[in-house]
Amino acid sequence: MTRTVTLGFDVGVGSADGRAVAATVTAAENAGFGYVTFDDDDVATGGVDAVTRAAFVAATTSTVGLVATASTTYAEPFHLSSQLASLDYASRGRAGWVASRSLAPDVAAAWGREVVSADTDLVREQRDSVTVARGLWDSWEDDAVIRDFPTGRFLNQQKLHYVDFVGEEYSVKGPAIVPRPPQGQVVVFGRFGEIDADLLDVVLVENEADARAVTGAHVVLDVEAPGSPTAAAALVERIAALDDAIGGIRLRPDLIDDDLRVAARYVLPQLFERDLAHRPVPATTLRSTLGLARPVNRFEAAR
Amino acid sequence: MTALFRPDATVHLGVFYQGVNHTTIWSDPASGSQIDFETFRRLITTAERGLFDAFFLGEGLRLREQGGKILDLDIAGRPDAITQLAALAGITTNIGLVATQNTTYNEPVDLARRLSGLDVLSGGRAGWNVVTTDNAWTGENFRRGGYLDHADRYVRAGEFLDVARALWNAGGTPDSVRIQSSQFDIASAAPIPRSPQDHPVIFQAGDSSTGRDFAAQHADVIFSAHGTHFDDALDFANDIRARLVARGRPDDDIKILPGTQIVLADHERDVDEKVRWVKEGQFTGPTTLSIAGQVWGRDLSDRDPDGPLPTEDPIVSGVVGARGSAFNGIDVDARVREWRSLAEAKNLSLRQVVIETSARTGFAGTPSQVADELTRWVRGGASDGFNITPYLVPSGLDDIVDKLVPELQERGSYPAAYGGSTLREHLGLRRPSIGE
Ligand SMILES: Cc1cc2nc3c(=O)[nH]c(=O)nc-3n(C[C@H](O)[C@H](O)[C@H](O)COP(=O)(O)O)c2cc1C
Repeated sequence: MTRTVTLGFDVGVGSADGRAVAATVTAAENAGFGYVTFDDDDVATGGVDAVTRAAFVAATTSTVGLVATASTTYAEPFHLSSQLASLDYASRGRAGWVASRSLAPDVAAAWGREVVSADTDLVREQRDSVTVARGLWDSWEDDAVIRDFPTGRFLNQQKLHYVDFVGEEYSVKGPAIVPRPPQGQVVVFGRFGEIDADLLDVVLVENEADARAVTGAHVVLDVEAPGSPTAAAALVERIAALDDAIGGIRLRPDLIDDDLRVAARYVLPQLFERDLAHRPVPATTLRSTLGLARPVNRFEAAR
Repeated sequence: MTALFRPDATVHLGVFYQGVNHTTIWSDPASGSQIDFETFRRLITTAERGLFDAFFLGEGLRLREQGGKILDLDIAGRPDAITQLAALAGITTNIGLVATQNTTYNEPVDLARRLSGLDVLSGGRAGWNVVTTDNAWTGENFRRGGYLDHADRYVRAGEFLDVARALWNAGGTPDSVRIQSSQFDIASAAPIPRSPQDHPVIFQAGDSSTGRDFAAQHADVIFSAHGTHFDDALDFANDIRARLVARGRPDDDIKILPGTQIVLADHERDVDEKVRWVKEGQFTGPTTLSIAGQVWGRDLSDRDPDGPLPTEDPIVSGVVGARGSAFNGIDVDARVREWRSLAEAKNLSLRQVVIETSARTGFAGTPSQVADELTRWVRGGASDGFNITPYLVPSGLDDIVDKLVPELQERGSYPAAYGGSTLREHLGLRRPSIGE
């Protein structure tokens, strides 16, 4: 039996034109990509933030995963976790998050904050943000809304939990204001070497050697999107021969719409034909597309 | 009190999806999920069919508590407003999208960028209901923790808006923004392109004198709490007009849209019965005892809601009321005296007193009667329209759109089609002057 890979496409920092954003993501969905990633330029160059763009197409798409990049360095983890959980509701379980860092000092100046630049500090912010977001996503158990007519209770207090996160820089009480997202936990992506793989569902790597160093997460290899039919054919052969440590590939285009057309015509049909990849099934969640289980709530598990 | 006469004025309607409340009757079989996207799709497409100006989401950043426990009687659990509105922007074409967002636990560059993103993607349909939040306890969910007293919150809110405006004005230009003020020290490239309406429309919802001055200085629209009694609404509107004039703005420069509830019945004889059904669904026995418990500062959950008022005195201490409730900071003794004399005068049970004093009745009648009333309010200068909170989700706008809107249209007090494509155009607001 041949093994299959999942397929992602990076739509970049994108456009401020809603119709253009929707057209690109719809084209990726029709081509059969498992997910798209929305990059975020961190307030620098005039782009709409990734979560808002992903949300804009959430209700007009149905199978493609919507993975938004959001930096952990200055943002409020409470807001981030609510935004991503809401993206998961709006997309019916297709939300993902690339938990990134902000390196440019300009970003700190725009936030009106002191620059966070030491590697240990960047690591701490990234780790704490993801830890808080994950805690908040579990702070409502799946069945916390009970609508109990006899007692008049809408919620079951026993199934709502304070997260009581205390870090070096800040603390977060909880619970979330958004109920547990449909996927239980939004799918968290991170770059290899930046963040402990235990906190991630998906690790993005640049090469096969790094892929072999990851355990316990779905590994995605970033590759340049082919710009021609010849390059496309070479990519298909490369995928056929991929190391087993790699669970999927993400195409990073140079020219988004052109490269998407090449991939749709010369890469995905060949992969499907050879059973090297599958189209996501309708009404799927991003977790199931990636072959990841829906996590049991930590509070439920502890009982 | 001077009533105006505005014979050509039209009614502006918005829908306020509260998300956390006891005014949505969740016990009714027709009541759907509060969080599933389908609920929001149904509400907003109905509102757009009814040519509403805006769909509006509230915000609360901490779950409410009573007696140290999470309040379990009320509806709770709602999406992040901007994210949800962006998703709704993708499936609608005209209706405005208003996010309640507070200035105390946000940073201007982040919030300005996100609001602007919603504004450009939706083609100029975004609005921002600026709130300051009423408690420090919310701060326990944020990096800096609880901070700023009531007055300083409005200082920060004003400076926050200055930063947001500077960023929006620089949008689409190579200019960068540098602001140093008591609350902020910020340097940013203009991160955001301009939308077809230039900036998101600014709504304001605080009712204190400071809040009203803040509105007179910064707001395009006020979401007021004066949506039940004509004279009270007119007083409020006149007060706002005076504050506008004092600041050198035209007295009609702000649109006033009170939050309200509308209960419709096809026949006059059924109106009272329908109102009673709505109120009893909203003020269930447990909810009544919880509200009374918030006032008394005592656990009253073992009392009979349909019996007399508690005879004990209220416990006046630091923990009066539910955290995040409307009862923080009230004069508890005065409130209890008021309730007792009302109960005595009208021979009311605890539940009846709570209903009578807490229910924002809004409007009730046949579609024709309510259409007359709404028209009278707007033409008499008491408001420019209404933000309707449906008491049933997601079907609560159906009769309003199918029955009330046509009555208003027949009276010439409601448009027959959307006149423009931006929220600013729907509301008849002027464009913000650049560099203002
Ligand atoms: C009609 C109305 C609706 C409000 N909605 C919200 C809301 O959704 N979220 C919130 O945090 N505050 C909300 N507020 C609170 C106000 O924005 C404000 O922070 C609070 O009333 C304290 O200010 P004030 O003393 O000027 O009234 C609302 C207030 C009013 C009058």
